[in-house]
Amino acid sequence: MTTTFKLSDTAQMTRPQQIDETPGPAFTALMRKHKLTGEEYARVKDILGRIPTMAELGIFSAMWSEHCSYKSSRVHLKRFPTEGPDVVVGPGENAGVVRLSGKLCLAFKMESHNHPSYIEPYQGAATGVGGILRDVFCMGARPIANLNALRFGLRSHQRTPHLVENVVKGIGDYGNCVGVPTVAGNVSFDASYNGNCLVNAMTVGVIHEDRIFKGYATGQGNLVVYLGSATGRDGIHGASMASGSFATSENSERSTVQVGDPFTEKLLLEATLDVLDKGLVVGLQDMGAAGLTSSSFEMAGRAGNGLYMDLDHVPVRTTAMTAYELLLSESQERMLMVIEPHKWEELRAVLDKWQLACTVIGVVTDTGRVQIHHKGLLEVDVPVDPMTDLAPKYERPMRPRVKDALDPEVFNQQVTAAALARGPEALLLAALRDTGDKESIYSQYDQHIGTQTVHGPDAQGAAALWVRSEWADPSEPYLGVLTAAACNERYNRLDAYLGGAHAVLKAARTIAAAGGRPLAITDCLNYGNPEVPEVMADFSAGVDGISLACRELSVPVVSGNVSLYNETDGESIAPTPMIGMVGKIQDVRKSPTATVTESAALYLLCPLKVRPQFGGSLAAKLLDQSLQAGLAPEIDWHAEREGMDFLRLIVDKGQVSACRDVGDGGVITTAAKMVAKSGLGLQLDLALTELARYPELAQYFGEISGAFLICFNSGDESKALQSAATLRYNAVIKVGQVVDSSKISWGPWSMPLKVCHHAFTSALS
Amino acid sequence: MKRFTALGAPRIGLIDFPGSNCDRDCNDAFERHFGIKLIPVWHTEHTLPQVDAVLLPGGFSYGDYLRSGALAAHSPIMGAVKSFVSKGGAALGICNGFQILTESHLLPGALLRNRGRRFICKFVNLAAGSGNSVYQKQLGQRALRLPIAHGEGRYYIEGEGLRRLHDQGQVAFRYADAKGQANDESNPNGAVDNIAGIVSENGRVMGLMPHPERATDRLLGGSVDGLAVLDTFLSSFM
Amino acid sequence: MSSPDYPSCSDYEVIVRLKPEVLDPEARAIQETLTRIGFAGVKGLQVSKRYVLSIEDQVANAAGHAEQIAREYLANPVSETFQIRKL
Repeated sequence: MTTTFKLSDTAQMTRPQQIDETPGPAFTALMRKHKLTGEEYARVKDILGRIPTMAELGIFSAMWSEHCSYKSSRVHLKRFPTEGPDVVVGPGENAGVVRLSGKLCLAFKMESHNHPSYIEPYQGAATGVGGILRDVFCMGARPIANLNALRFGLRSHQRTPHLVENVVKGIGDYGNCVGVPTVAGNVSFDASYNGNCLVNAMTVGVIHEDRIFKGYATGQGNLVVYLGSATGRDGIHGASMASGSFATSENSERSTVQVGDPFTEKLLLEATLDVLDKGLVVGLQDMGAAGLTSSSFEMAGRAGNGLYMDLDHVPVRTTAMTAYELLLSESQERMLMVIEPHKWEELRAVLDKWQLACTVIGVVTDTGRVQIHHKGLLEVDVPVDPMTDLAPKYERPMRPRVKDALDPEVFNQQVTAAALARGPEALLLAALRDTGDKESIYSQYDQHIGTQTVHGPDAQGAAALWVRSEWADPSEPYLGVLTAAACNERYNRLDAYLGGAHAVLKAARTIAAAGGRPLAITDCLNYGNPEVPEVMADFSAGVDGISLACRELSVPVVSGNVSLYNETDGESIAPTPMIGMVGKIQDVRKSPTATVTESAALYLLCPLKVRPQFGGSLAAKLLDQSLQAGLAPEIDWHAEREGMDFLRLIVDKGQVSACRDVGDGGVITTAAKMVAKSGLGLQLDLALTELARYPELAQYFGEISGAFLICFNSGDESKALQSAATLRYNAVIKVGQVVDSSKISWGPWSMPLKVCHHAFTSALS
Repeated sequence: MKRFTALGAPRIGLIDFPGSNCDRDCNDAFERHFGIKLIPVWHTEHTLPQVDAVLLPGGFSYGDYLRSGALAAHSPIMGAVKSFVSKGGAALGICNGFQILTESHLLPGALLRNRGRRFICKFVNLAAGSGNSVYQKQLGQRALRLPIAHGEGRYYIEGEGLRRLHDQGQVAFRYADAKGQANDESNPNGAVDNIAGIVSENGRVMGLMPHPERATDRLLGGSVDGLAVLDTFLSSFM
Repeated sequence: MSSPDYPSCSDYEVIVRLKPEVLDPEARAIQETLTRIGFAGVKGLQVSKRYVLSIEDQVANAAGHAEQIAREYLANPVSETFQIRKL
């Protein structure tokens, strides 16, 4: 190891053989393996001014893969609203950053690891957690919370139990070992994911506003340092695998899955924060998808510089790795740093303490090119800017889906008839079983480490953390962070535009129900094959729907991820734009849970112009009705904003003991879940509400947007109702009681509490 | 409950290993509730600074490789900790810390993989065992509620060893139901005799799987029983 | 015979398993699953960890050295037993 690095005269170096582009089956196979179209290949040659070497071909393949270049999505993503008074770092960096209190900021992002998790669920999920943690801490933020959003196929599908068990174990083992609590998330089971599961992992971290670190390779002559685990053959072509659909005939994907080591990640986390704290590095980048390749190009690109690297210095786990393999390996827990030469000794001392190997592998140049040497050859000589500037950017053809012609009202009646035939009691039980208790999952996650968790997954609403930091405004000693993830794939299948808006709204309502004000969102846009015009139209509509909600609610998008090609044998998943949101509450002691623990009157806050729908409803799913017919709930933005502001007001006054956004399965399912584990029963009657205009079954099981169930602290009802009297777009009406009885009863129907409790708690068995 | 100023505070060494996670939580709990700043001691040290007691926090030292706590038990600092304990020094091992104490033979028995083979995180009820240690005396009449979070928390000791533990009053805590009954239903991990925590023969070394540092504020989970446990730890050497 | 991976060493194999009287939930779960999927006649199943120590030939009493490593380090005497043999 050396503190100076010899920048050999690259002009004198021998070049390896270029690839053989003789037209024929071999060349076709080569292009297919690298997922490059003829046009893209021609562009590669234009940029280089010659035929590429094998290593260079690999680099373009990875950097221009969908996963790394966002080539199908970039043109749409720029429509997201990304600015706001609290935004400190917007999209484009490793994570987004928003101001929370004083100088205290939150860095957060969500990422997908869908394709690897389907192939090897334990390692796929584990390394997904690892990757998102690194994105956050390499900006200098200490992770304080993890969330995950999971989508699996039907429970009866033969692969599902294996996927669920191992994905959960992978997430738990990794997150627990690194020492970050997993505090919230969501899981659902839908036939659309039978061939493609979704694993979206999100991390929230805390950071001081003036110490946010970005991944720039600045300063000619500065050293490029490799840090962390040795490089092996894991995950080569992981990025291009995530950029392609599955076909059930191919089983060879197993070799492309990376293996994670959370112990090394923990050491990397502490070492990184230590090193940043001491001001020892100039640039820092996690080696994620496409490993050494993407991290070096990203760092060089952002700084407008060049890099020279010598792969002979890269620590290897396996002997005889080629340049190609070294550049594309996705071995985990590695980072790339740029440091000033005189900081080397101090850096090494810190890394020695944390038992991490570090090696100088290159130097920052002013050539504007990435030049890479290996075993006597100049394997790579590629200009940096064109790699991103001239990366393919597609405006893929879009064709909006043909909607089901069935009249939505007729559809509503069909679902109602089916519900009455099945029996509303049986329907409630099925609803509780489908969306019920996730304890067997979240009890495998450490929810308490960090001693900040006020409300975890067992509270069934937004997670609430009591953040104690000297950087926060001292007038907020009980400062709280609220966080939640949401997406209703059924609404998205029906209407990708409204579905995108609903996802943002759901997250915002979940946070408002806990008394919080949304600050910003991150997203994981999970869609199918973008080369299918209907899917591309869904994606574009989703972006527009999300953007609409963000503007209406004044919540910017500060980071995110796109996962396309979630398709098997030609079938794409339902559009699933997963939204991850962070919010703030000034006094977390006031934050209510989404479950009740004592007898209380039950109130419904509901928009005046509400109309229950069965389009994409839980009832339609459970009754085997079409999921392509009907309408998703309408949105009254005035009512939504007013309702959430009202909740924040009464929570801040300490008047609320429990509050829950009305979601899947309508008012009765939501109310039943509020009491399911309390040992208390429920009486519910909507006769005095706006919903009473509709058929009885629709009142209770129909789905609506913007409604909340609320229990007030005893003695506070009248004060809260006084505040409610001034509402213009909503009404707060008493709808029943949480009471010490053995029944749950609603309208003319009822079920023994014990049976409901059993259905709820056996949701995952 | 005791509260100290900087001058009067006892000196407690917090032994830190690569992969220890709960060190920050322990620091926070002792500082906020007792006014004590724990003294960080890195695993590569060969000697302890001047301390009145040592604390081994929870986490995944060495990634739990080989066996939980096994690699940490061979760290240079553990020689000094063993010597400190042999001279009557007080020690508290929480979760991974308990595992390290058994692997170091400072406490008898071993912590094995949970019988359900899954990591478990939840609040549990504990009943104090009978004996003469300060833990049993000060906490004996109370049912405590503390959180656990572990994959290898199943306490194991063979028959003769278990008899000795009982005869010498070394069983400090057992998993119990809400009424204080130790039964199979309330046993989260299959620990022999529902044992959640034990003390050494001289009563000055305490190891437990539940996390007292996570139950110090009602806001964080509803129980402050952890404060009583930490307060008793202080009593064990003051 | 010298170690196939390290020419000037001999390999010692150490097998560590839980003592028979200690519950092994992993072994039990695997055995139950085998029966459930339809593999008849599986009366027992043991799960062990296998270590191979490649010890340099120049080390005096290499066998004793390996045995000490196994006894003091690789196996926890409270709950585990081990077997050792030269390969």
